[in-house]
Amino acid sequence: MGGLLPSLGRSVERRVHHADLGERDPDYIRDNLPWLWLLASAWFRADVRGLENIPERGPALLVGNHSGGNMIPDTVILTMAFSTYFGAERPFYQLAHNLVLAIPALAPLRRFGTVAATPENAAGALDAGAVLLVYPGGDHEVSRPVWERNVIDFDGRRGFVREALDAGVPLVPVVSIGGQETALFLSRGAGLARALRLDRTLRLKTLPISLALPWGLNVGDFLGHLPLPAKITIQVLPAIDLHERFGPDPDVDEVFEHVVALMQETLDALAAERRLPVLG
Amino acid sequence: MKVSASTDIAAAPEAVWALIGDLRRWPDFVAGLTRWEAAGRRRSGLGARYRALMRIGSADIGGLVEVVEFHPPADLAWNAVTGAEQRGRWRLRPHGEDATRVELRMTYHVAGWAPGAWLIGRIAERAIRRNLTRTLGELARQVERDGSGR
Repeated sequence: MGGLLPSLGRSVERRVHHADLGERDPDYIRDNLPWLWLLASAWFRADVRGLENIPERGPALLVGNHSGGNMIPDTVILTMAFSTYFGAERPFYQLAHNLVLAIPALAPLRRFGTVAATPENAAGALDAGAVLLVYPGGDHEVSRPVWERNVIDFDGRRGFVREALDAGVPLVPVVSIGGQETALFLSRGAGLARALRLDRTLRLKTLPISLALPWGLNVGDFLGHLPLPAKITIQVLPAIDLHERFGPDPDVDEVFEHVVALMQETLDALAAERRLPVLG
Repeated sequence: MKVSASTDIAAAPEAVWALIGDLRRWPDFVAGLTRWEAAGRRRSGLGARYRALMRIGSADIGGLVEVVEFHPPADLAWNAVTGAEQRGRWRLRPHGEDATRVELRMTYHVAGWAPGAWLIGRIAERAIRRNLTRTLGELARQVERDGSGR
């Protein structure tokens, strides 16, 4: 085990494309929008609100809360909704964990514009005038237990504020609800990940434990699962011009606290709208 | 895929055209339209371009459309320039002494693997047909209201 994991880690590193913005393929996205539309409309009964808050032109950094284990329905739905709303022609990228991009079965994600979460990719996408989606909470947030489903938890990761400031682009918070009801998430399994040294070898701080279809007990979620048809609602909030709102030299902590509070307030409101788990 | 709906409105074609021919008024009667904004200087007539979105299922679907036929008071057709591949037509014909038969047609292409695309097209058709039927109902109501106000 001691020798296997580091070599697996190196293999993952080799598989991750670092300058892969060019892999996004609008024709491929257009061909796949219909079934994603069906999946969003029929299975998740998705309701995406406020896309008009994304600036009509130019770059923007979308900051979202992340849910659903490795199956992340909110990302799929937002990507579909963005592409039907603005057209597949408008460049849209999503930052993802290295491991996600290293899984051969998930290679098509790169054609949707999913790129490795590196500062180079983030700056490259924004400098090219694209819209970029980042989930600061990452693997920490997607594997939160179901009783924390309505909590925004970025684990204190503030890099997105610096990215928006460095690129001089507006920040657009995106709040989604329902994704953490697609399985019964029980634990992040952080202790287990540490014990197996996954944090060092694969940069995985969690090894989520859940009850999920069709496996029953699901550890790690490496093979994915069949998400329950939970109703997903996504609210895009008005864009924040950081210099206009926080002055010429914004304090990163202050911006971070503001964005998280705003998103939590929105998530609370969306939670109050929900009558029943899964059904929405 | 083709979807069409038609209705008879108790007014002359010119009275119906007063609404249809003025593209700025479409949000007043086109059902499901979530966005309708002129793109460019021309607001109506041949060559006018609009950013159009219609709510179908979970998504606002559409793109940039351009008016490609404009023959008052009979025919108005549009084509999609970007976004969803679709085209459409308003067709107005006199019907009897003092009525107009109004037909609203849409043709669209669902991309992707053919059998799946066909199925998805049929599912979307129900939502589109509902919007077209509601549009004609609202159009008739407004034309008849405008006529009685004179």
